[in-house]
Amino acid sequence: MIDLAKLTIQTAKKALQTKKFSARQLTQASLDAIEKKDKDTHAFLEIFNNVLQQADDADKKIKEGLDLPLLGIPIAIKDNILMDGQCATAGSKILKGFIAPYDSTAVKKLKDAGAIILGRTNMDEFAMGSSTESSVHGVTRNPRDLSRVPGGSSGGSAAAVAANLALAALGSDTGGSVRQPAAFCGVVGLKPTYGRVSRSGLIAMASSLDQIGPLSKTVTDAEIIYDVLKGRDSLDSTTITDQTYSKNKKFSKTIGVPQEFIKSEGVGENVQNNFEEAIKKFKSLGYKIKDIKLPHIKYSLASYYIIMPAEASSNLARFDGVKYGLHQDGQDVIEDYFKTRGEGFGKEVRRRIILGAYVLSSGYYDEYYGSALKMKRLITDELNKVFEQIDLIVTPTTPTPAFKLGEKTTDPLSMYLADIFTVPANIAGLPSMSIPSGWVGDLPLGIELTAGLGRENDLFTAGKEFLGE
Amino acid sequence: MNKDEVLKLAKLVRIEMGDTEAENLTREFDAILGYVGEVKEVMNDGQNITAEANPIRNVMREDGYPHESGTYTEKILEQAPAREGDYIKVKKIL
Repeated sequence: MIDLAKLTIQTAKKALQTKKFSARQLTQASLDAIEKKDKDTHAFLEIFNNVLQQADDADKKIKEGLDLPLLGIPIAIKDNILMDGQCATAGSKILKGFIAPYDSTAVKKLKDAGAIILGRTNMDEFAMGSSTESSVHGVTRNPRDLSRVPGGSSGGSAAAVAANLALAALGSDTGGSVRQPAAFCGVVGLKPTYGRVSRSGLIAMASSLDQIGPLSKTVTDAEIIYDVLKGRDSLDSTTITDQTYSKNKKFSKTIGVPQEFIKSEGVGENVQNNFEEAIKKFKSLGYKIKDIKLPHIKYSLASYYIIMPAEASSNLARFDGVKYGLHQDGQDVIEDYFKTRGEGFGKEVRRRIILGAYVLSSGYYDEYYGSALKMKRLITDELNKVFEQIDLIVTPTTPTPAFKLGEKTTDPLSMYLADIFTVPANIAGLPSMSIPSGWVGDLPLGIELTAGLGRENDLFTAGKEFLGE
Repeated sequence: MNKDEVLKLAKLVRIEMGDTEAENLTREFDAILGYVGEVKEVMNDGQNITAEANPIRNVMREDGYPHESGTYTEKILEQAPAREGDYIKVKKIL
């Protein structure tokens, strides 16, 4: 019998190539685990009907002696990433029954690399949330403690990997939606440099911040998937090449710690202690630690909650009940819009669309949106400058371990504060990765490594050393 | 923000909304705008921003025909709530 808990992409690939088991057996093991365990966690919304066919195709290729980076590896995708002929709803009623007419570039690349796309995972509606509680399909539970949230918005993807239902999963990260659930569930989560992975076929939330990234059990596995996903794409004009950012600087094992920022209000003592331990470990691994000053980083979250809703309110204007998805009938065209959008969007989405319309409206535009864009520039310059002296910034990923279901649903601002450490990397476009750093009782904690633009390799080097890979 | 302002915004973004929800949103927006408002205060404090050279540039392409007409018509129209022939059907506008 295949023990999924003991497998990573790296070890499963070896076992597939040496015929220890077949892709079909591995996929069947995933399906059995989902059948048995996912009633509790509810990580998956759907298992795709052609999974075993995909596995047989992979077995044929293995037999032919092909060696592709993900050949025969079962991977889950977040419900906002399109796969040709399969349903995708972004956790929303407004996309009920929508069938994607094409492959997202990310899925196409996974397929070309031989991966088996298992199915789609639960998420906060339109990726708006930090707990996966705003999904129209119901909540996902944290597999480490079922009374707690898995984080969000890629909570289903994180839970699927942590519960050993899939070897890895894709998520999307606009303000921490890959890294925060990775920390809450005790897995690895990577947000690449802005533009490194194509968003063609990702249902957009905030286009100047969105980025697709992998969730996996090891840093090595995250790197394998990242190498498959990265690259220029004519279908997403924001994609960059390996040469866009200079690679001249050498990795010198220097970590910057923004001490003042880490001591922000609301950061738990257990998190602070765990972080100190992690820094000690880096020291013992030969890393130099520097205290760094980032005077404006504390305004990242406030800027984010202006820029993100502004962009989301524009992006979500396309859901009108005319082209696809839900349609609610009214007296005339305009009433169709009101009824469709009134019925189709959940509470958090409505909240952000209206907030976005407010900060963009005449009279408030300069005050809010204009100021936030300037602040974004200021923070970005400050961070880029600090990377001239250091290789990595290390902070906790989240201010607390996973919170209880329902604990923050009635207070949106307290939910937003869960993103305090993850948002700066999106604001500045930097690559950032959460890795497991220990436990508080049964609950995992994560630390977050952030590197300079285009320097994902520094994250992988340090992450592997820290986890002893 | 008061209830009428919220209802006006809801109208602008084409979302049907009742009085109770607008009332609740008013309270939440006060808290959220209070928090995000610190950005405008800092920026009003005479911060000078000079945009540095950015390696990211806008990418343009020719406004041409990307594929042969009709290739995706059926697949896309299958998703439309209502169609008539090869058109998406909506109610009369004028």
